[in-house]
Amino acid sequence: MATPTVPASAPPAAPAPATAAAPASASAPAPASPTAPAPAQTPAQSLPGPALPGPFPGGRVVRLHPVILASIVDSYERRNEGAARVIGTLLGTVDKHSVEVTNCFSVPHNESEDEVAVDMEFAKNMYELHKKVSPNELILGWYATGHDITEHSVLIHEYYSREAPNPIHLTVDTSLQNGRMSIKAYVSTLMGVPGRTMGVMFTPLTVKYAYYDTERIGVDLIMKTCFSPNRVIGLSSDLQQVGGASARIQDALSTVLQYAEDVLSGKVSADNTVGRFLMSLVNQVPKIVPDDFETMLNSNINDLLMVTYLANLTQSQIALNEKLVNL
Amino acid sequence: MASRKEGTGSATPSSSSTSGPAGKGKGKGGSGDSAVKQVQIDGLVVLKIIKHYQEEGQGTEVVQGVLLGLVVEDRLEITNCFPFPQHTEDDADFDEASHEHVPIPFKFLKNILNTLEKTNWRAAQKYQMEMMRSLRHVNIDHLHVGWYQSTYYGSFVTRALLDSQFSYQHAIEESVVLIYDPIKTAQGSLSLKAYRLTPKLMEVCKEKDFSPEALKKGNITFEHMFEEVPIVIKNSHLINVLMWELEKKSAVADKHELLSLASSNHLGKNLQLLMDRVDEMSQDIVKYNTYMRNTSKQQQQKHQYQQRRQQENMQRQSRGEPPLPEEDLSKLFKPPQPPARMDSLLIAGQINTYCQNIKEFTAQNLGKLFMAQALQEYNN
Repeated sequence: MATPTVPASAPPAAPAPATAAAPASASAPAPASPTAPAPAQTPAQSLPGPALPGPFPGGRVVRLHPVILASIVDSYERRNEGAARVIGTLLGTVDKHSVEVTNCFSVPHNESEDEVAVDMEFAKNMYELHKKVSPNELILGWYATGHDITEHSVLIHEYYSREAPNPIHLTVDTSLQNGRMSIKAYVSTLMGVPGRTMGVMFTPLTVKYAYYDTERIGVDLIMKTCFSPNRVIGLSSDLQQVGGASARIQDALSTVLQYAEDVLSGKVSADNTVGRFLMSLVNQVPKIVPDDFETMLNSNINDLLMVTYLANLTQSQIALNEKLVNL
Repeated sequence: MASRKEGTGSATPSSSSTSGPAGKGKGKGGSGDSAVKQVQIDGLVVLKIIKHYQEEGQGTEVVQGVLLGLVVEDRLEITNCFPFPQHTEDDADFDEASHEHVPIPFKFLKNILNTLEKTNWRAAQKYQMEMMRSLRHVNIDHLHVGWYQSTYYGSFVTRALLDSQFSYQHAIEESVVLIYDPIKTAQGSLSLKAYRLTPKLMEVCKEKDFSPEALKKGNITFEHMFEEVPIVIKNSHLINVLMWELEKKSAVADKHELLSLASSNHLGKNLQLLMDRVDEMSQDIVKYNTYMRNTSKQQQQKHQYQQRRQQENMQRQSRGEPPLPEEDLSKLFKPPQPPARMDSLLIAGQINTYCQNIKEFTAQNLGKLFMAQALQEYNN
């Protein structure tokens, strides 16, 4: 899935036919070299647009947070009647090695066979509102649902290149072609024979998923709805959580055990790296002298019991106080 | 051995949803009288709340936001949310309050109050109206059904929260406040709770009368201030597909925070906050006791005065002189001011929450310790 990030030495004007209309989609072979400067162009114009600041800012990796994807899917589900896809703005931060997309909002637009209209006023307003809450987020690009890049995408991309230098385009395939929801990111590059009509090509970028710790835990919980018949889950109580976590570890352990047995019985060839991991796993269970462990365990249990007792005592105290006051 | 765990009353999982309509309609169902029995949250909302705290709230700051959704029979469905800006640009001395590193409940309380005071109310309202209008354009439910707030180690029972929730519940019958605890979540499991004010408390707040007599009449104890509403999380099919996709693509290692045994730091913090609250409570009790003593002393004084008056009057009558005029007793003996009972109720409620949290925590840890013991025994 990751395209190699080594910059190719081929010049941006690849020998692909410089058609004025539909840009090539993700099947473009080599990533453009980092010196691809010029912005997207509408077809039938042969003048280069304003020069952009250098190469794609931030290398070739786009890091997405899951909240973006959930937002996109949600706005797709709420689209107007007759709209085939939805578009919206991506917000986030840029740093030296990657671009991190942390927020997004959908923008109303109308698309028909020959024209497309995007409500840029709305987009600007929403961006202002969002900036009040998170002043660090910049407009990074835009997203669209659907699995293809159409001609209208070029126009929309041009709108967005007015807002942000070298915007990213993200597609989320909600029509589930090939049975998968493919998530791809592109940046636009010029292509064509120099001096003649220039076209635009969308070159793919690597998409990685970034999680905060708490996000990871949230996503784990939400993922459980995949397994429930009504797609509904409740939040579990304290001991149930511990039980659930240990069940997961048990599953992992049984997989590992199965692998070990397979290797022993000769079904699977032994792999030394896995073997080393197994060794370190087994050795990680600390070998403690039983007496020491007893003392540690007991003192910990005593602490916890004392705290529970204190908590209960406090609660009964305030209940008593309540009764006395209300006499 | 003291009992290991009581029923903690935390959200019980309810895996059966009613056969009501899926939450995508835009109308408001159900009458306003029915209390809310269940809160159904979209996965998207959970992710947004987590993200908001992660990015904008560090340390003891609270982040707040608005919940949008609709009401279906006795279920409150929350389908979207948006964050609230914390403070406007033109309050200079808000920053100094947020630089405190040591979380002490007094200052924390002051922080919240400062936040709310310094926030330019008109700007906040404008932001909210703009946001909701824009969201309507993209077909997002623009019905206000509640608000959310993050909390620091579980301390959220404050006057500010009470007031806000009261005004929400007064305007919209079914609104809830979602309390998100990021520190507990980072420990391994999502901690999200939905609270409403009980009808009794609503009555009292409506009267705006917090004197001891009114509270006694309402028969309000700290346990009956907030009621917790069970939460379920529901996702649409497409989001489920997305989840599968994410699971395949992102090979992030499973985090086993929940099973970590070294969490005494968290317990220590909780206990410290609890101690501070108990101190406050004891001060409050002392104040109340002084008040009671003063009142009873005053009563005695009044009695004595009356008796003396009567005696004098009798004497005067026996001597044939006109009796002294009856003087207004209440002007002579000003009754002492009864202390506000609301604060002590809030403190009691907060202490209760802390205790609940601590008990949950110890229950989990005891389980983990016993598992570790079993592991060691097996080894030997």
